[in-house]
Amino acid sequence: MTHRPRSLFQKVWEAHRVRELDSGQTQLLIGTHLIHEVTSPQAFAMLRELGLPVRFPERTFATVDHIIPTDDQSRPLSDELAEAMMSELERNCREYGIRFFGPETGAQGIVHVIGPELGLTQPGMTIACGDSHTSTHGAFGAIAFGIGTSQVRDVLASQCLAIAPLKVRRIEVTGELQPGVYAKDVILAIIRELGVNGGTGYAYEYAGPVIDAMSMEERMTVCNMSIEGGARCGYVNPDEKTVEYLRGRRFAPDDARFEARAAEWLAMASDPDAPYDDVVRIDGSTIEPSVTWGIHPGHNLGISESIPTPAETPEDERAGVEEALEYMDFVAGTSIAGTPIDVAFIGSCTNGRISDLREAARIARTGHVRKGVRALVVPGSAAVQKEAEAEGLDEIFRAAGFEWREPGCSMCLAMNPDKLRGREVCASSSNRNFKGRQGSPSGRTLLMSPAMVAAAALAGEVVDVRKIG
Amino acid sequence: MSRQGEELVRIDSVEGTGCVVRGDDIDTDRIIPARFMKVVTFDDMGRHAFEDARKAAKGKHPLDDERFSNAEILIVGQNFGCGSSREHAPQALMRFGFRAFIGGSFAEIFAGNCTSLGLPCVTLDESDLTKLMDAVELDPTQSIRIDLEARTVTSRAGEMQAGIPDGVRHQLLEGTWDATRVLLEAGDAIERTAAALPYIG
Ligand code: SF4
Repeated sequence: MTHRPRSLFQKVWEAHRVRELDSGQTQLLIGTHLIHEVTSPQAFAMLRELGLPVRFPERTFATVDHIIPTDDQSRPLSDELAEAMMSELERNCREYGIRFFGPETGAQGIVHVIGPELGLTQPGMTIACGDSHTSTHGAFGAIAFGIGTSQVRDVLASQCLAIAPLKVRRIEVTGELQPGVYAKDVILAIIRELGVNGGTGYAYEYAGPVIDAMSMEERMTVCNMSIEGGARCGYVNPDEKTVEYLRGRRFAPDDARFEARAAEWLAMASDPDAPYDDVVRIDGSTIEPSVTWGIHPGHNLGISESIPTPAETPEDERAGVEEALEYMDFVAGTSIAGTPIDVAFIGSCTNGRISDLREAARIARTGHVRKGVRALVVPGSAAVQKEAEAEGLDEIFRAAGFEWREPGCSMCLAMNPDKLRGREVCASSSNRNFKGRQGSPSGRTLLMSPAMVAAAALAGEVVDVRKIG
Repeated sequence: MSRQGEELVRIDSVEGTGCVVRGDDIDTDRIIPARFMKVVTFDDMGRHAFEDARKAAKGKHPLDDERFSNAEILIVGQNFGCGSSREHAPQALMRFGFRAFIGGSFAEIFAGNCTSLGLPCVTLDESDLTKLMDAVELDPTQSIRIDLEARTVTSRAGEMQAGIPDGVRHQLLEGTWDATRVLLEAGDAIERTAAALPYIG
């Protein structure tokens, strides 16, 4: 039998293909479905209207993250709408027999943090969730799609999606990262290079020495922001690190089956001679700590660089740059370093994991939050919170003047009470710097790594973290 | 309502009275303000359709105009439904009572969301659209017929050529616009695919 070399994407796609549809789409089986309180209630309502059951209730897992307050999570929640959304999720899970990881289980957290943590996310799976940052799970060599509410209904009803096949772009990050440069900087550099729409129609396969050297948590940060580069999903081929991360996790295969499953996981990796629709190489050794200066994640630059001028900008991006400069009220041609900040936010599904908090704490212990700066640390999950507290990170943050909060999405999108006010500038470890994203219609967001956020909190302005730690 | 096991719903035409909302680039935030995202069902969404615009118009908004009450076809300008991709927008309009849209053009995601609800969005060229809007405002009682088979819009203003992408037209005519239904048609093949996967089977 001749060997047909395939990428991981192709292998996963073929294993999950139910049939081809007349529309040209593929009916793809979704192995693991994750839901939360914002995009699922209407899907359940539609299901009820149609009189349909949930087809594989044991393959859907729920948590509450977007609307949950991070100061006081006692019930009923003080925000009535938030309480209604949470109760509705609880009711739906009860009624349809879906496992719910609520705050009382000790397993609650941001959906993209708890999936891997619980071992629900595994290589070779298809995963879907009504949230665009579902691409995070690709760090394990899963093909993971963010979907809309009617697709949530489709998955509940049929465990399938109707979806068109994607092209695959391999992105090789070569060389070695400089000290003070993190996974966040790598993905910001990739988006800067390829553009916020550059990934349209693609799955991104991240590879090369820099990605190989990354921990699982760092790989999650990279995959998380695939969507910000326009890609439908992003993944890293599974390796020994992937296997070791999953060993012993609650939903990982049990000991008797683990080695056999691990061998299958490794075999899902792209074949050495797999075909790609595109290959891009990026030199990792030239990446600097990066900061966004504008209104989408592609508007980012290295800390030593200056904010672009419209005149130097290619014509098709000029209007966007002008609009961004006007909204941010920044001066073209000036340095981003030294920009004063009002708020510092460490958390989110991009950078709210234990390794992120450790790096931020390492910086935080060198000083105190600058007077006038509001600084928040929001662990990505209850498990992260527990681990951080066991290590004493909460004490370090508190001593340095940061607020230590309960887990949730918090100020990443500000559907809970954590919001920017007015024109505040926020150094944020989250993933979107869109206008108004952090809860104030005129608020301003500067995306950067958690260590850079901590450094900015201490200095009261954007600084190069390499000068501190 | 249970559609399980019933026939596919084929949509070859929509007939009813119209309501005219003039203006271009009406975004989904205007159709359904963002604060209504914090809800658990779409049921109430109809009431909130165009809520802020209607409040601002103090009862003078077309959706509050008695002459247009019971209208089933919404007639709009260019680039209707632009902005955020929220599915709440077509849901709100459907629950308000609209079953189809005629406009100059529609934002792609909005139109896609409409298709998945079985709500056709058809386009007219500019002069025809103006003629139709004028005619409906003059006589709101007249019946308008969107014929997807013939690709026409017929009213007292005459028969006009209507645009709709081939793929969408096919889905509506064949009754395959409802993705859930199409996916469920695969039947046992779903379980068979699942059973062959090492982590499920
Ligand atoms: S942390 Fe932010 S990006 Fe991640 S799931 Fe929550 S709201 Fe979405």
